[in-house]
Amino acid sequence: MAENILRMRRITKTFPGVKALQDVNLDVERGEVHAICGENGAGKSTLMKVLSGVYPHGTYDGDIEFEGKVAEFKDIRDSERDGIVIIHQELALSPFLSVAENIFLGNEREKRGFINWNETNVEAGKLLRRVGLDLNPVVRAGDIGVGKQQLVEIAKALSKNVKLLILDEPTAALNDEDSAHLLGLVKGLRTEGITCIIISHKLNEIREIADSVTILRDGRTIETLSLHDGSVTEERIIKGMVGRDMGSRYPDRTPVIGEEVLRVEDWTVHHPQESGRVIVDSANLTVRAGEVVGIAGLMGAGRTELAMSIFGRSYGSNITGTLYKNGTPITARTVGEAIRHGIAYATEDRKRYGLNLIDDIKRNVSGAALGKLAKRGWVDSGREAVVAGDYRRSMNIKAPTVTAITGKLSGGNQQKVVLSKWMFSDPDVLILDEPTRGIDVGAKYEIYTIINRLAAEGKAVIVISSELPELLGICDRIYTLAEGRITAEVPIGQATPELLMQYMTKEKD
Amino acid sequence: MATTVRDPEIATPPPTVKGGLSFLTSRLRQIGIFVALLVIVTLFQVLTGGALLQPDNVSNIIVQNSYILLLAIGMVMIIVAGHIDLSVGSVAAFVGAMSGIMVQDWNFPWWVAFLASLIIGGLVGAWQGFWVAYVGIPAFIVTLAGMLVFRGLTQIVLENQRITGFPEEYRQLGGGFLFPGLFPAETNILDWTTVGLGVLAVVLLVITQLRGRATRARLNLEDEPAAWFFTKLAFIAFIILGLTYLLAGSRSGTPIVLVVLGILIVAYSTVMSNSVFGRHIYARGGNLQAAQLSGVNTKRIDFMLFVNMGVLAALAGLIFTGRLNSAGPGAGNLFELDAIAAAFIGGAAVTGGVGTVIGAITGGLIMGVLNNGMSLLGVGIDYQQFIKGMVLLLAVGFDVFNKRRASSALK
Repeated sequence: MAENILRMRRITKTFPGVKALQDVNLDVERGEVHAICGENGAGKSTLMKVLSGVYPHGTYDGDIEFEGKVAEFKDIRDSERDGIVIIHQELALSPFLSVAENIFLGNEREKRGFINWNETNVEAGKLLRRVGLDLNPVVRAGDIGVGKQQLVEIAKALSKNVKLLILDEPTAALNDEDSAHLLGLVKGLRTEGITCIIISHKLNEIREIADSVTILRDGRTIETLSLHDGSVTEERIIKGMVGRDMGSRYPDRTPVIGEEVLRVEDWTVHHPQESGRVIVDSANLTVRAGEVVGIAGLMGAGRTELAMSIFGRSYGSNITGTLYKNGTPITARTVGEAIRHGIAYATEDRKRYGLNLIDDIKRNVSGAALGKLAKRGWVDSGREAVVAGDYRRSMNIKAPTVTAITGKLSGGNQQKVVLSKWMFSDPDVLILDEPTRGIDVGAKYEIYTIINRLAAEGKAVIVISSELPELLGICDRIYTLAEGRITAEVPIGQATPELLMQYMTKEKD
Repeated sequence: MATTVRDPEIATPPPTVKGGLSFLTSRLRQIGIFVALLVIVTLFQVLTGGALLQPDNVSNIIVQNSYILLLAIGMVMIIVAGHIDLSVGSVAAFVGAMSGIMVQDWNFPWWVAFLASLIIGGLVGAWQGFWVAYVGIPAFIVTLAGMLVFRGLTQIVLENQRITGFPEEYRQLGGGFLFPGLFPAETNILDWTTVGLGVLAVVLLVITQLRGRATRARLNLEDEPAAWFFTKLAFIAFIILGLTYLLAGSRSGTPIVLVVLGILIVAYSTVMSNSVFGRHIYARGGNLQAAQLSGVNTKRIDFMLFVNMGVLAALAGLIFTGRLNSAGPGAGNLFELDAIAAAFIGGAAVTGGVGTVIGAITGGLIMGVLNNGMSLLGVGIDYQQFIKGMVLLLAVGFDVFNKRRASSALK
């Protein structure tokens, strides 16, 4: 049994400004289900992209040995030829093509350039039965549910004679029934001799199906644990995932907490397209003046969705529940209304949702409150420049002038522009979604200082973050979110990473 | 670890005022389009043996292209927002036809017909804006349909006949001149009205530019070296005065449509750069989601843009009809493509968020001068089409090439 199908040695991968992986080792035995665990940003997906050739040989350091041979993959096709297939978190099916066409996409059953439709559909049918799907292969992929799409992806992998199947968060978007089916299938593949690497946040799942687990943290391998004898508990895995020194990466603050500013009551949000899917499930939360409240949750828990639905219903459909501002109920059906009620939301994806990257700093800063600079519809450009200049200095935005194009700034400075924009709208409540994502340690410290300053000015601040140490370092109170439900409210004095992670991975009763 | 990370800021150009050549090259992309116009004018002036810049021909170029330039103003705004409008030629024809029916069949006074025509244009725009903004159908489809619908309506209301014999006042807008008999003929070495207007324009230009520069300097925002600023200002003044001189020496002085056009160019440039509405257009085109999450009512912006385009198309229809003294079923054919070409030659981006009124006007003039110059040379329509097509392709290609070089220089 002890033969290794895969050995990865001292894998180091650097992005501009960030070391995503550092000397990572991974050994996977032939025929096992090997789980990889770690917080968001620990480097799991990066490691799998290195393995599957998304990051080609030469763009990383270290060695990969697959089936006893040194592997130097140039691209995905290269790794697929050797039998490594990765199924990404975001499914990659073409919704308008049939299931059979999707299965053989790029690998068509053809003769001299003409597709043999009979063979395509018959072979697809066989593969679908292998993954336990009783499905007509000619239906459009977009017409079947997410769970079945996931299985079609696996069928597609099987069509390529897969030896090592990588599943990245396969059950994140699935309901319980579909998850159980999928996990059963993974067990079945093991008996066929197919090795599986599974990335998952759901620790109970891992304990159920995995033979061993490798834990990554901050781009390093922490340990590999065998799950055979059942002595490894979920708590043990959590300890590996979060246990790191916290040091003084967070500026000191003495909170002065006042009255309640925003209360969210019984807030339920449905998926914008699939109106039957509950994304946020009767959430209750409050935030007070001068308080920094954290929202912790794993990917897919509904953090961003919760925040955006509060912010003028910019996400979701069929939203129910009540918002109270300073004790009185308010309606905020559009982003404009939310801003007028003093709510601000700084997005987690500043490039897509936060900035006009082709425009300059001053026009981005004034973007959410242009009315404050205008008289009868005409903008006072002079005052705008002064305002933006003030923010450039006070927020320490590193750019020669406020006419610098935001697309050319670094991530940290872009984030400061986004924060400036919302500070200029003069909100009472600021919701900051992943305020330090993708920025380096020094800039993070500056962002924390700004958050402290906002709280000291009496603003109510909500911080959504994937990094538990960050929440523990800057918040006064933390809500945990799992599967759209608020599972706990933890005062900072009692919060530990282990406790939070327990609530974050808490399944529905 | 943070200290070892290379800070991208250091790579961006640090000083606010750069001197000399490096500044000139950085500005070349912005002024490239004006240089191109200048080169083309010079080229044809030489090729035609001086016929291009004959006073009457200059007047002709302006009047001939006025409706395209007018449409280009509205079009560039729509393109900046990330849309397109294929219907403006048909809408202009439709409004021209309706105005003809109003003055000829219903005997409306000319000014009532004008007002009603602009309202019809606005309603047409509201119709298209409704489908684009509130139903969410891509503007390409909505206005492609509009192109057919309003062409059809033009033919229906005209019963495929041509309306001619418009009243004198009606024709002034498209073909008239400003105060032709104001000064006694014997004093008219030059048309003094035109000279007065030209001088006024230069004075206003100099005052606003100097005040703008003073404000920017006070706010420490000035990034143009003084030499550059004054050269630019002197050059623009020279162009305006040159144009004034030519027009003043032409048979009839200043075309009324030039005054209308001038006012609209200044007004719309100001709207685009200084009004909340204009800012929101750029924000919408630059990043739709970011604009929406900043509380911008993007649907209303889209709707208003099409209403505005409809009104401008109506005005173009009135000018065109007045100039030809005829409203026909085939009027305004392919106007939309000329207006779109003008906007893109003038530096607007297909993806939205980029473009200026002045750029579009310059783009339109490039097309106009090409048309006129080639006609003077006796180049056939066949070659004219070919050359105009190549100019459009190369102009946008040059822009794309420049942007790619600029972005790769950053890395």
